[in-house]
Amino acid sequence: MHPKGVEIVTVALDVDPDQARPFIEAAAPDHPSLIDSAHVLDERFGMVNVPNAVWIDEDGMIVRPAEPASPGPNPANESFREIDLDSVPPDIREILVEARKIRSEPERYVEMLHDWVERGSDSPYAHTPDEVIARSQPRSAAEATAAAEFDLGQHLHRTGDHPGAIEHWREAHRLYPENWTYKRQAWNFEDPIRQGHTDAYEGSWFEDVKQIGAENYYPPLVP
Amino acid sequence: MILTELVVDPSEFERGTGWALKPEGACKGEVCVPLPDSARAADGRIDVQVVADRLGMPIVTDAKRGLYALGPETALTGRALTTAVASELELPDADGRPFRLSSLRGKKVVLLAWSSW
Repeated sequence: MHPKGVEIVTVALDVDPDQARPFIEAAAPDHPSLIDSAHVLDERFGMVNVPNAVWIDEDGMIVRPAEPASPGPNPANESFREIDLDSVPPDIREILVEARKIRSEPERYVEMLHDWVERGSDSPYAHTPDEVIARSQPRSAAEATAAAEFDLGQHLHRTGDHPGAIEHWREAHRLYPENWTYKRQAWNFEDPIRQGHTDAYEGSWFEDVKQIGAENYYPPLVP
Repeated sequence: MILTELVVDPSEFERGTGWALKPEGACKGEVCVPLPDSARAADGRIDVQVVADRLGMPIVTDAKRGLYALGPETALTGRALTTAVASELELPDADGRPFRLSSLRGKKVVLLAWSSW
């Protein structure tokens, strides 16, 4: 897994902490394991999907901005491949077939992490401030407004107004369709198992992923 | 950042946006943006519309519910990051105890976001 010499801090981007807590308790991690129900992290660092990670050096400088990451194989991706397709209903089967095209590079990522731990700022994988900014997600008015809409949605959900949350989350999806975090979090409340089509939202995990192809669900690692 | 009115205390603004109000203006990391005098009310509170305008932060209004949401800045880099300086972040652990990112200063950190969904 991850090398010594780096602190891993895991953050659950879960509007409802009760959904994240069982996973944390089961893992019983020895690293800080936090819950971000207001989704402050994704707004601050520009994360558009999970799992995503940011590298911060000893001086508090970001040296790698948010990118798909897993300091080890992603159990979710592994489970897609392990399930026997003949044992599941057709609608789940077609989702799994697509999901198996999702690409990730955990071995390469861990290699990069080891290099940074050993070589610090001499590592080619630790970038300058200008490069870090340039590598972060684009943010124009649409993306920033989507963040505000998503924020209103999480606030309303947490204060008991779920229909209000749906109103604003729909807007977030419309303004920032590439942001999987906004979509998956919202769909999860309506249909946790399939994240399928419901009256609440225009899209669904399968429909939206098929549009771009699951091989593009996470952008390739750019060391 | 969620607001019920478009004036806010500077420390609350900083907690919500990562932008600190200093004599030079609004500052985040090494970046400072000058602000007009109208940015601050007599009582020291911030006029959110003035600062949002300067930083290119959208304000979404939910009139029915009497709420505003202030979005992140767009006026500087056109990117999710305005600076590579990691802003302070305080989040609770599973038991509700607060944890500050700055407590790990002096160590290399990988901040890994995941979810139950």
